[in-house]
Amino acid sequence: MVDNLLQLTPRGLYCELGGFYVDPYEPVERAIVTHAHSDHARPGCRKYLAALPSQHLLRLRLTEEAEFTFVDYGQSLDVGGVKVSFHPAGHILGSAQVRLEYRGRVEVVSGDYKLESDLTCKAWEPVVCHRLISECTFGLPVFRWPDSAVIAGEINQWWRAAAEEGKCCLLYGYAVGKSQRLLSLLDVSIGPIYTHGAVEKACQAYRVSGVSLPDTEYVGAVERRDTWAGALVLAVPSAHGTSWTRRFGNCTTAMASGWMMIRGTRRRRSMDRGFVISDHVDWPSLLRAITASRAESIWLMHGYTVAVARYLRELGKDALALGQRTFDGSEDAEYLT
Amino acid sequence: MQDFVRLFHALDATTKTNEKLTALRRYFANAEAADAAWATYFLCGGKLKRMISGKLLRQWAAEQADVPLWLLEESYHAVGDLAETISLLVIGGADEAPQSLSEWVEHRLLPLAGMEESLAREGLRDIWWHTRIDARFVLMKLITGAFRVGVSKRLVTRALAAEFRIAPEVMAHRLMGQWQPTAEFFKSLKRAEQDGPLPSKPYPFCLAHAWPASDPLESLGNCEEFAAEWKWDGIRCQLIRRDGQVFIWSRGEELMEGRWPEIEQAAAELPDGTVLDGELLAARSDGRILSFAELQRRIGRKRVGKKLMQDVPVILLAFDLLEQAGTDIRALPWTARRQQLELLLSKLPDSAIRINGLIEAKSWQEWVAIRESSRSMHAEGLMLKRRDACYEVGRPRGTWWKWKVDPYTVDAVLIYAQKGHGRRANLFTDYTFAVWNDDQLVPFAKAYSGLSDVEIQQVDRFVRSHTNETFGPVRSVTPKLVMELAFEGIQRSSRHKSGIATRFPRIVRWRQDKQPEDANSLEDLQALLPPEAPA
Repeated sequence: MVDNLLQLTPRGLYCELGGFYVDPYEPVERAIVTHAHSDHARPGCRKYLAALPSQHLLRLRLTEEAEFTFVDYGQSLDVGGVKVSFHPAGHILGSAQVRLEYRGRVEVVSGDYKLESDLTCKAWEPVVCHRLISECTFGLPVFRWPDSAVIAGEINQWWRAAAEEGKCCLLYGYAVGKSQRLLSLLDVSIGPIYTHGAVEKACQAYRVSGVSLPDTEYVGAVERRDTWAGALVLAVPSAHGTSWTRRFGNCTTAMASGWMMIRGTRRRRSMDRGFVISDHVDWPSLLRAITASRAESIWLMHGYTVAVARYLRELGKDALALGQRTFDGSEDAEYLT
Repeated sequence: MQDFVRLFHALDATTKTNEKLTALRRYFANAEAADAAWATYFLCGGKLKRMISGKLLRQWAAEQADVPLWLLEESYHAVGDLAETISLLVIGGADEAPQSLSEWVEHRLLPLAGMEESLAREGLRDIWWHTRIDARFVLMKLITGAFRVGVSKRLVTRALAAEFRIAPEVMAHRLMGQWQPTAEFFKSLKRAEQDGPLPSKPYPFCLAHAWPASDPLESLGNCEEFAAEWKWDGIRCQLIRRDGQVFIWSRGEELMEGRWPEIEQAAAELPDGTVLDGELLAARSDGRILSFAELQRRIGRKRVGKKLMQDVPVILLAFDLLEQAGTDIRALPWTARRQQLELLLSKLPDSAIRINGLIEAKSWQEWVAIRESSRSMHAEGLMLKRRDACYEVGRPRGTWWKWKVDPYTVDAVLIYAQKGHGRRANLFTDYTFAVWNDDQLVPFAKAYSGLSDVEIQQVDRFVRSHTNETFGPVRSVTPKLVMELAFEGIQRSSRHKSGIATRFPRIVRWRQDKQPEDANSLEDLQALLPPEAPA
């Protein structure tokens, strides 16, 4: 049996047998993409292969001339003799774990994933493999997500209280995925929902893909509005503190991110509230996913790779933290964007 | 307990003073006196005696959470706070804690101190099991002694004063010194009648604002309206002589008993009902002031030996008189208080308590020139005080100015970085800087502050992408970034590889225009050292 289907190269995870990269860091000839976030789906490649439900989001991000192939979850495709298939990762709409099979050897690239429920994308499914290449953005035991229904309750309570005080709510989250998940958790009876441009574009792509979301209105399309009191605006974190937010007048701000678990990051954001809601696995679900994969070898990428690898090795598993580039350069991806 | 936890999180969630004030008032209005007393104690910076060592806490938390100790340490570096790390890590309960704050502190926390190790461990596990994350975090903060929530004692004073309709300066006085957080004490804060005398009770200190070095002094008005004194680098203290006793309070409101025998002895000569404000300094018998480094040899010593007293004698340079013949004279103008002070101390020749001399000048320019000589006097600069001002509470604007000499500055290269704590958790914000010694970079100072949030983010990204080696939490990075550092003083040091130690190093600006080659050398730093003292 072949030992390694994938290896880490300076341009990213590479499958020599099939002649393709998975989520390459730089433009390559042939790229398999796990999902439509910019640190995974980079422009400039000649050919892209991805899961079918991600097509509208991917086209939003990768507008250039390139050859796109989309296959549905569970369907397999032969790429240079390697059997490739996509399986739901539960991270955002169309996010996938990539399964590679060659002469009985199976390796899975998790991409970003979560085990919690999310109405806006298909739930994660375990995929049995010999080697799992997993993300571990939140791979420390201090990260244990509270129940998202409880957090949804807190967000709605915050909105309701602000509406009663005549304030506008600015809720910051990543434009693709996080914002739509938040939208699915909001209680639309409280007030109208508006969106920042980047969020609105992603919402449209979700709707075109068949995901039903509450009605939203793009802030830029609002001609004149005397008061934003009682409204909730979904925006990207980079808009915080800019002149764009001035139009909303008296408002209260909040950030939705897994990093809000840590008091320091919460306070550094200088927002009124921080809601712990993440589209990545927390510590218990990371361990659960690893067990469910029955992998005999685990490679770790993104985040606390060294710590997770050491922990798994102490449990008697074969685990490896992948290269310096991913050592923790992407650790902050979620809150820097 | 739960209302105190809610107060903590409300204070933690806002940066607006008015919202903090409202939250504090709401709490004090509804809390039982016994709980409010403890709340006041903790909010004013009071700590519990250490109950359990950090080492044991870590060990027990790791055991309870079923993770190896190194993984707890790893988590700690990401979280940047031990109490928070532990409360996130351990497996806990989901319900609100029913007991009150005073019950928690008196029946669950304080007893941990005297317990046998195995019992303390059980006690702690019990606390973890039965608390929800919000309360657990606050309790762990109390246990580790790191309870801080962005309110000053001044703000707590304001809230209490407003809620109970007491004048703020009276409330400030009631909260001075060392008191026991009991229900009786809290009730006494609320009482309307005048305060009776309590011999040891100090007055709130009047603090000065820094005068920005770049601003012209002329904007203060006429120089004749001001008096100038040296601003010493010692220990600010208040000396109380009442009821035949002597009390020396530090600015941190610590009663320094038995630490400065020569001052206590000299104070016994003062008439009863006298309160002085001044600076405690190390000085030769001829009156020459010694550096802070010398004074440091006596700081922290609870018992002072004869030898040390001979080597490092101390004096109190008094600069204000707050109480005379048992009467509070803080409302008098500075000129009148000064006159009384001079008269009082003229009766004590050759005493360890002396008067801080005035520096006469006919123009602002004269003071500008005198200030330049501060370092040779072991002074930090000048103090400017309005002659007609009363002795105020807190840090008023415009009456007292500290006007420090410009700090030393050098350009240095960032070579190590470590993640910060608290608000800077998980960000590389603690840096070690080096200067050139031939072709080697020698580390000489650590600096934590001075960059903007945006710059911190940029440096953080630089560190992550230019790490060469990691030693535990410390990263060694490619020496590329040059920063201008400022510091107040420089000393020889055998403890540092570079042979020098700087006082209060901090970042002035990021010199993006400079290359590492342009940074200063160790030689440049050595040139700033004071001449070697004769042996």
